Amino acid sequence: MIPALVVFVYLAVVVYIGVFAFRRSKGQGAEDFFLANRSLGTFVFLLSLFGTNMTAVAILGSSGHAFTNGIVTYGLMASSSGLVIPLTIFLIGTRVWALGKRYGFITPVQIFRDRWECSHIGTVIFAVQAVLLVPYIIIGIMGGGTTLSAISGGFVPFWLGGAVVAAVVMSYVFFGGMRGTAWVNTFQTLLFLVFGIIAIGVIGAGMGGFRGAVESLGSAPATSWLLTRERISPYYFFSYTFIPLSAIAFPHILIFCLTAKRMVQFKKTVIFYPLCILLIWSPCVFLGVMANRVTDVPEIRAKQEARRTLATQGARMEPAQRDDLRERASGDDIILLLLQRYAPLWLAGILGAGIMAAVMASDSQILALSTMFTEDVFAFYGGRRRFGESAQVQTGRIFVIILTVLAYFVALRAPETIFEIAIQYAFSGFAALSPLMIAALFWRGSTKWGALASTVWVALAVTAVAVFQQTYPAPAPGPPAVVWSAGGTELLARTSSGTSIYGFMPVVPMVLVSAFLMFAVSKLTAKPSAATVEKYFPQRD
Amino acid sequence: MKRALIVLAVAALYVLHQDFWFWRTPYPVFGIIPIGLFYHGCFSVAASLLMWLLVRHAWPHHLEREVEGGAGEGGEES
Repeated sequence: MIPALVVFVYLAVVVYIGVFAFRRSKGQGAEDFFLANRSLGTFVFLLSLFGTNMTAVAILGSSGHAFTNGIVTYGLMASSSGLVIPLTIFLIGTRVWALGKRYGFITPVQIFRDRWECSHIGTVIFAVQAVLLVPYIIIGIMGGGTTLSAISGGFVPFWLGGAVVAAVVMSYVFFGGMRGTAWVNTFQTLLFLVFGIIAIGVIGAGMGGFRGAVESLGSAPATSWLLTRERISPYYFFSYTFIPLSAIAFPHILIFCLTAKRMVQFKKTVIFYPLCILLIWSPCVFLGVMANRVTDVPEIRAKQEARRTLATQGARMEPAQRDDLRERASGDDIILLLLQRYAPLWLAGILGAGIMAAVMASDSQILALSTMFTEDVFAFYGGRRRFGESAQVQTGRIFVIILTVLAYFVALRAPETIFEIAIQYAFSGFAALSPLMIAALFWRGSTKWGALASTVWVALAVTAVAVFQQTYPAPAPGPPAVVWSAGGTELLARTSSGTSIYGFMPVVPMVLVSAFLMFAVSKLTAKPSAATVEKYFPQRD
Repeated sequence: MKRALIVLAVAALYVLHQDFWFWRTPYPVFGIIPIGLFYHGCFSVAASLLMWLLVRHAWPHHLEREVEGGAGEGGEES
């Protein structure tokens, strides 16, 4: 119970930061609430932008994925992100910031509407972004429920843990707006940067050093593959490099790019971003793999047993039985179980607070959705003109409450693991939306119809993948269940972790088709006026 | 020329992410870190160095000048 109490103290501190930010706000203006008056300094900008991207996936999802799949997790998700995300922030984030500063944009849809001279198409883009963003918020609440439940040894049930996290996030977003969210994210990023280093030390000492664990993992045929990537197809590995394109298409990241006080603040952010990823992900992945050598924790043994049963008998089981085993084998709480076993109680509490910091990163998504709703819908359709700017901010706050409550109830019913939901819906969908901003900023010839075609494609593709995976249950680990082939070539298959299209993850065709549609449809349709094109692509000497 | 070299460096690092040469090797570097994990840790450091190169040699100064007029602004930071 002591660790849970430490975590509750941490949650109280976080709420206080939100209230303190509320007191610091210099008025009730929309730009102050939604963008902290575009005044974030270098330190807060770097850490909060990074923290915004680090959700439950970073700590719980990564260690859980590594527990099941081995070291491949880092190459799949972390190192590719360390290249692609800062690169897109460098190329796109800086330009979005400059546009925001010059023309007062607050959301990506405002840029699209202005760039392509459209109105309702912007609303369609908003709707697709909003639907894709909600699963990301759910991840945070699920992660909170899992964490509090595990830290308290089951004393705090999942539903209560999720409710507490939802209430805390809602409070500081409601009061502090962007300033509160940025400060909390900065505090949280510092915590989980420290967390990784301490966790490695404590768990390593508890296990009697890692050298023996690595040796025994490598020498046993049943586990040696965890130290390699032999069970992962190179196509699958390559596919993952498309996923980080989602970062710059996520509205909360683009909106965060607008909060920097000066452009120079992007410099340190892009340089240090890959190093922050290294510091946070490598301990999580390493510890997740090492957990496979732990034999004296009943919960971890139960997971290992469930995985073995799934591998050896899964093919003969009913889909529901396989799903149940997958649930039991899931390693989302693996790092918490390691802490419970190897860390002293008080330290487990502090480290648990570090994990809470990661899982509570859904705050930015909630604020972003609130910002988008009030700017792209409420203000755009006349709300601000009729009711005033103060009413707009209050609408944003009410939206925060409604959204958090809805996400909480969905989180209670969502059956899939944290990681699967994130990847299959939100990340792939946003990655496929990235051609929109790229075309808007770098291609004079892009049009609103091209943008609409890409957006509709993304909505249809995400729906198709979801329906396909509901229709065809996941097979047991091993060879995929081929659904469609031609001339002996596998075209469409259901794998144990998702869907495979010609050996690639769906994100690859989703991004490529989205980019093609943006190009082809733009070529065939009328361009915006010359004045607008000149505004975005001025002739420079 | 400089721009072409930078584009080439970005493309090269992207290709280097697909390290098929360590695909099936469990060799532990320093007796602890599997080579596949160690390589990608180094890849992250290389990505940071690449970003430093980009900031130094490909920074969009024109945007900075247009928006900030080439001079630092005053005002309070959050």
